[in-house]
Amino acid sequence: MKNNTSLIFEKSVKGRKAFSLPGPVAKGKKPADYIPAGFLRSSLEFPEISELDIVRHYTNLASKNFSVDGNFYPLGSCTMKYNPKINERICAYEGFKDVHPLFPCKKVQGYMSLLKEMEKLLCMITGMDEFCLHPSAGAHGELLGLMLIRAFHDKQGNRRKKIIVPDSSHGTNPSSAAMAGYRIASIKSDRDGQIDLNELRNALDDEVAALMMTNPNTLGLFEDKILEIAGMVHEKGALLYYDGANLNPLLGLCRPGDMGFDVVHLNLHKTFSTPHGGGGPGSGPVGVKKKLEPFLPVPVIRREGDILTFDFNCPDSIGMIKAFWGNTGVILKAFAYITALGDEGLKKTGETSVLNANYLRKKLEEHYNIPFNKACMHEFVISVKDLASKGVHAIDIAKALIDRGIHPPTVYFPLIVEESIMVEPTETESKSTLDSFIDEMVQIRKEAEQDPGSLKNAPVNMSVKRLDEFKAARFPDVRYKAGKNNI
Amino acid sequence: MDYTPHGREDIRQMFESLKISSVKDLYSNIPEKIRIRSYGIAEGISEPELRGVLEKFAGMNSSVKNLKSYIGGGAYEHFIPAVIDDICSKPEFYTAYTPYQAEASQGILQSIYEYQSMICELTGTDVSNASLYDGATAAAEAVLISIDKYDEGTVAISSAVNPMYRKVIETYLKSSHCNIEIVEHTEGITDVSRIERQISGKLISFISQSPNFFGCVEDVKALSDYVHDKKALSIVIANPLSLGILEAPGRNGADIVVGEGQPLGIPLCFGGPYLGFMGVKKELMRRLPGRIIGRTLDKDGKKGFVMTLQAREQHIRREKATSNICSNQALMALRAAVYMVYMGKEGMKEVGALNICNSHYLAEGVEKTGKAVLKFKKPFFNEFVIEFKKDAEEVFKIFEKENILPGAQVKEAGRNSILCCVTETKNKNDMDEYIEIVRKL
Repeated sequence: MKNNTSLIFEKSVKGRKAFSLPGPVAKGKKPADYIPAGFLRSSLEFPEISELDIVRHYTNLASKNFSVDGNFYPLGSCTMKYNPKINERICAYEGFKDVHPLFPCKKVQGYMSLLKEMEKLLCMITGMDEFCLHPSAGAHGELLGLMLIRAFHDKQGNRRKKIIVPDSSHGTNPSSAAMAGYRIASIKSDRDGQIDLNELRNALDDEVAALMMTNPNTLGLFEDKILEIAGMVHEKGALLYYDGANLNPLLGLCRPGDMGFDVVHLNLHKTFSTPHGGGGPGSGPVGVKKKLEPFLPVPVIRREGDILTFDFNCPDSIGMIKAFWGNTGVILKAFAYITALGDEGLKKTGETSVLNANYLRKKLEEHYNIPFNKACMHEFVISVKDLASKGVHAIDIAKALIDRGIHPPTVYFPLIVEESIMVEPTETESKSTLDSFIDEMVQIRKEAEQDPGSLKNAPVNMSVKRLDEFKAARFPDVRYKAGKNNI
Repeated sequence: MDYTPHGREDIRQMFESLKISSVKDLYSNIPEKIRIRSYGIAEGISEPELRGVLEKFAGMNSSVKNLKSYIGGGAYEHFIPAVIDDICSKPEFYTAYTPYQAEASQGILQSIYEYQSMICELTGTDVSNASLYDGATAAAEAVLISIDKYDEGTVAISSAVNPMYRKVIETYLKSSHCNIEIVEHTEGITDVSRIERQISGKLISFISQSPNFFGCVEDVKALSDYVHDKKALSIVIANPLSLGILEAPGRNGADIVVGEGQPLGIPLCFGGPYLGFMGVKKELMRRLPGRIIGRTLDKDGKKGFVMTLQAREQHIRREKATSNICSNQALMALRAAVYMVYMGKEGMKEVGALNICNSHYLAEGVEKTGKAVLKFKKPFFNEFVIEFKKDAEEVFKIFEKENILPGAQVKEAGRNSILCCVTETKNKNDMDEYIEIVRKL
């Protein structure tokens, strides 16, 4: 009986049902009276299940998942902070949830003014001049940012073909640049884990459209030569792009716009506390300096007399990047978060994220090798290369943490550190939680040295043991089909 | 207000460990020149005050609960079963991250595997991904698959495809070597002979929508047969709710079926977050964008789920990935999955039938008044274009007095025409009232 999570299809029994619907308006009429028989569906093999059994199915599935509400989740570069409950309640207000995007603007002035206000707040937080809230996620924001850069150079009559990315960058950076039609030039980091100015100088030619950077970078280090870098990039007529995945530690401290960045994307689902939803939805607003404003996607919110309206008539705009105007349900949670925290709250958030990361780093440095070990920002990177002789790898440490009820940090990223473990505790975790994590990490280290075999077996406390990913890719079973034995 | 947890003693101990007297001591490498004192935004507020502020914004919006809306056009008002909100507000689902650590994410992984299975069944395709941002970006990604396959040529789009989707496809294709041709519809339906007459170069994909922007059901089989003759891909944008009653595009020859999953239990929420779904034929599996969940075995031979075929994705392939997508719309895919399970085999059919019967009841009633006509005399699902004899602006004003939005004003529909949508949320009284207003025009 316990935790029956066989597939929902295997629980189906003919004739059972959960749904209830009102009857048809005109008695005796059926679809065949209106639609040619050839257009009507012959069969649909969907499950047949009662309402309670549906609820129980998903309740059991939920119990097999780690989450921020249930577990410490120090996943580097993902900023898994607490998602305030009030924001979920706000999102459910009828005046937000049940509003059609094509309602006439005069009927949705609450939304229009909230979105306009949000644009302003994000400009103030980043030091940019204009913001577009449309992108659905960070990578979507990157794609938009690169399209804007392309439109800018095109307008200047100089297409330019290359985007420079550091070798420590997020995978989405080169991938978004390729999607926007650019070639990629990757540059190596220097001995301090920062952008190597010589490498950059050599890569910067007239074909370069932009340099994409994360600051602090994926090692959790602030790129302290940023003003020099911005100068070099601008001198060549290229633009500077800010990947906002790591903005959290800079809250209240400094702004990408003041560092010289021309285009910025943010991840509202990281820095601004909206939940990750098991992989999405996110929201990836893009901010620009004035010179890029004409190219922003339509529609743009403008004041027309007494009301705010959507302006679709922008001749230099790159067009639309999604249907409608953004993941508004996500944006309003982030708006509530910023409004609640205000200036001081945001500052304290940034500071505490830095304090927590450094506390963990300090406590773990006696037990683990930290290749770039100096004051970090919101995260730091451990290398367990030294355990390779015992046959223990980063993945083994990760799986051992799962057995201890902790969601593992990001492993094998950034690519420039071998056997890397990237730890980002965030500001919402208490000292007691951090101390427990330290204890577990110290114990795992001991185990790795004394009994490495036990780590190779982890996890043993979950519903499944280590899964065969090779088999999954070699013999893809990506859908259930009745009567077909997939495995 | 903020959500940091430390008390004074915590901070003292942490400072002591770090041998610092202020967090500022950790910022020594940040240039003074760029440090700021404050943003200059308002001071923070308490939770009860926050409620007040946001209630005020919400109060300035009309909702489908306080006015009767017949607007569709890419987002639809439907009945949302209570179980969906309940299940999807379980924090184990909504406060989790992407299931990179499979053993700690079996819940979300299995739910998405089940979602993929139902999308395949619904659309008549072999493989589905775990979700994309929305219907429009899913359509654009589908076109990118055809470019990935054929490199260059002509992408043709029916003018009966939602204009916003067409705009998004155009934006996504700006840096490609392909040209886009719009094929004009005839009487609300895509016309195969026009494609033949219009397209000169090598066709690589044809994009149609069924039910299309005007609500009319397209002959997907005829379109796909023609497109296959030209050795191109047939991409069909479908309303998933219609597929409980209408034939699956994949069974009629579509190679890629995409669409907006919002009708499957996702609130209107002023345009997002929604759900882009995509199902493809087997031979296109390794060109799919985004995450895919697969079933495999663990060390002990027990079934379990993982993210699979990751060699297509940006975190592995970087600039060579099939798409740059990382975060998707997982929680919305969960909503859609719960909706499909809740409606089940019979419910999907019944809700589809209700949409057809209700919308035809209103359409017939409106036509009988003699004050308006149905612009396109073609089979439709839950949307149709009404052409009024009176000026549409004036018609809107008259309806507005009764607190009704009679449809969407769309210029593609033509002069004095509106796009009207009727779903299972409208009852006989609602529609009789609508018809009565038209009669009195």
